[in-house]
Amino acid sequence: MDLPRPFDLLPLLLDGLATTLVLTLAAAALAAVAALAAGLGRVSRRAWIRAPVRVYVEVFRGTSALVQLFWFYFALPLAGIEIGARTAAILVLGLNTGAYGSEVVRGALRAVPRGQWDASVALNLTRAQALRFVILPQALVAMLPPAGNLLVELLKNTALVSLVTVSDLAFQGQVLRSATLRSGEIFGLTLVLYFAVAAVLTWSLRLLERRVARGRDLGGLRL
Amino acid sequence: MIDWGYVAAILPELVRALGVTVQATLLGMVLALVLGLLWAVLQRSTSRVAAGAARGIVEFVRSTPILVQLYFLFYVMPDLGLTLSPLATGILALGLHYSAYTAEIYRAGIEGVPRGQWEAALALNLGRLDTFRFVILPQAIPPVVPALGNRFIALFKDTPLLSAITVLELLQTAKILGSESFRYFEPLTLVGLFFLALSLLAAWAVQRLETRLVPHG
Repeated sequence: MDLPRPFDLLPLLLDGLATTLVLTLAAAALAAVAALAAGLGRVSRRAWIRAPVRVYVEVFRGTSALVQLFWFYFALPLAGIEIGARTAAILVLGLNTGAYGSEVVRGALRAVPRGQWDASVALNLTRAQALRFVILPQALVAMLPPAGNLLVELLKNTALVSLVTVSDLAFQGQVLRSATLRSGEIFGLTLVLYFAVAAVLTWSLRLLERRVARGRDLGGLRL
Repeated sequence: MIDWGYVAAILPELVRALGVTVQATLLGMVLALVLGLLWAVLQRSTSRVAAGAARGIVEFVRSTPILVQLYFLFYVMPDLGLTLSPLATGILALGLHYSAYTAEIYRAGIEGVPRGQWEAALALNLGRLDTFRFVILPQAIPPVVPALGNRFIALFKDTPLLSAITVLELLQTAKILGSESFRYFEPLTLVGLFFLALSLLAAWAVQRLETRLVPHG
């Protein structure tokens, strides 16, 4: 099938896009778990939980995502830990986004009025029950908008993996460039594809926000 | 496991590369501050076309990876007869990408200025530009300086991307040092520590700025 220029480039770019989407989803899943765990860890009453969580968040937020990726990919094997490029990519993207996400979780937990904790105590709920049934459902509403922004940031960050040989959208763009030298068309199209995915993500997150917020009394909650 | 002699041997080289990183960060941020202000003011333009274009640029630039933007500038500009050094291209890409973020921050600041200020400026017969210059921006910018500071830190952490277009900044230098000696652990860990130390320092500075500039309570 011969497509007119510049769309003849699309099949290869879409190949890369599939990888980009898989990486985004896998890293997002890891990030969600890491963010929730670290966010809860940051507000823990036990110092021996708070301290290591704090170190994780500061290290992953304080160093560059690309440096982290290179470190996991090039430096760790020398310490005897060998991981593949894809695994390193998902691990770094997930943990990096998770570190930023933990701040979102922490902020959302803080935004739930104190009275909700007091009410849970009055109802004789354990701390875990209070979190699970009272605090988190309310915090979730406040978490979603910033989480949506983080998801788009994650999508953009997946382009970094092309620098450790994972054949994502940015990587395919580079492959095509060295084969055809049609840089303008290739990278123009690549940018448009990323933009389209980001738009779809933003839009679906907004739908989800509306669904989660439906029927909730946002009374005391400051968003 | 760690070869301290090797660490001492590569340290001067890395410190020199840090200079390039800092240069890219500072110049990129200056560009981001200027361009972002332009987008923010244009979004408030009375011309629908200008406002829409500024909105579109910000939205597009913010939703696409800086790495691909970097490739676009690096490979396409020469085709158009515009040849910049890799470092200049990198600074341009950083500035352009982060201008989308600073534009949003300025916009929030401008929206925070009470309506009455616009009306008062109109009553004083100030032109649109004078209104921005003498009335709106002096009130809009100080409260958002901490947010701009956070973007500055984020930009700093994106400078390693410039290694993808052969700029000899920190990461690229570490990679070269690593490939010469087959020891990546020390140079890459040192680069990570440099970034960690500098961004923690910068975050502390931004926090101090915040307590000084943003009135609480």
